[in-house]
Amino acid sequence: MEKKLEKQLSEEFKNMVDKNNPQSSIIKDCIFAFVIGGLICDIGQFFMNLFLSFGIPEDNVGFYVATVMVFLGAFLTGLGIYDNVAKYAGAGTIVPITGFANSIVSPAMEFKREGYILGVGARMFIIAGPVLVYGISSSVIVGIIYYFIKYFVK
Amino acid sequence: MDYIRAFIVGGFICVIGQILMDKTKLTPARILVSFVTLGVILGALGIYEPLVKYGKAGATVPLPGFGYSLAKGAFKGVDEYGLIGAFTGGVTGTAAGIAAAVFFGYIMAIIFSPKMKK
Repeated sequence: MEKKLEKQLSEEFKNMVDKNNPQSSIIKDCIFAFVIGGLICDIGQFFMNLFLSFGIPEDNVGFYVATVMVFLGAFLTGLGIYDNVAKYAGAGTIVPITGFANSIVSPAMEFKREGYILGVGARMFIIAGPVLVYGISSSVIVGIIYYFIKYFVK
Repeated sequence: MDYIRAFIVGGFICVIGQILMDKTKLTPARILVSFVTLGVILGALGIYEPLVKYGKAGATVPLPGFGYSLAKGAFKGVDEYGLIGAFTGGVTGTAAGIAAAVFFGYIMAIIFSPKMKK
């Protein structure tokens, strides 16, 4: 039953994508992505300057900015605003860290009916999980290489 | 001046993502994964650092910035703790973002319900 619904939804989605594809030129997409992505970064810049003016050391200010931006991304996704902007912005809303928060909240909300453990708890990582797997794993590799370069190639 | 630089650098990184999405039909999930991984590699090679110096939030807010923080954290970990730092450093450097994403992501998913899409 559920499988059927999912299949139907994915077909509908595919039709929607196909229908929208010819009209949306790549240049228009890029302009939207540039402007909205740029604006999101400026919001981050605003908070960065704000926290620096509070006397937070420059090394730590990134932590504050990341936390605030993730909060905003998650909150606006909850309100349904983020996905409305995303319709126009494309990569402009996907690539900033707010898009990472969006990728967590969207499926978690969607699958709430499957419960709080395997619904919300598991589905929130459907995209964030792979990001962390590849991101953290590559950072471990990079760290190990750095270690050997540092201690054996002097 | 900060704002203009952040806008241009951040906007440009998003445009790269948009071109990849339009030209290669990469799904957003693949874009996210490859941008973070790319950020780790560019960060480790020291290529991303100048971009962060120049564009500030324009380079740190997009996901390659997340990868850059992972790589920077891993280096810092190795400097401080030796080999085990390769394992502790990356997550330490991005702990705020990861914990915030898990915590706020969970809270928002509990509070809100999906809106009907038109």
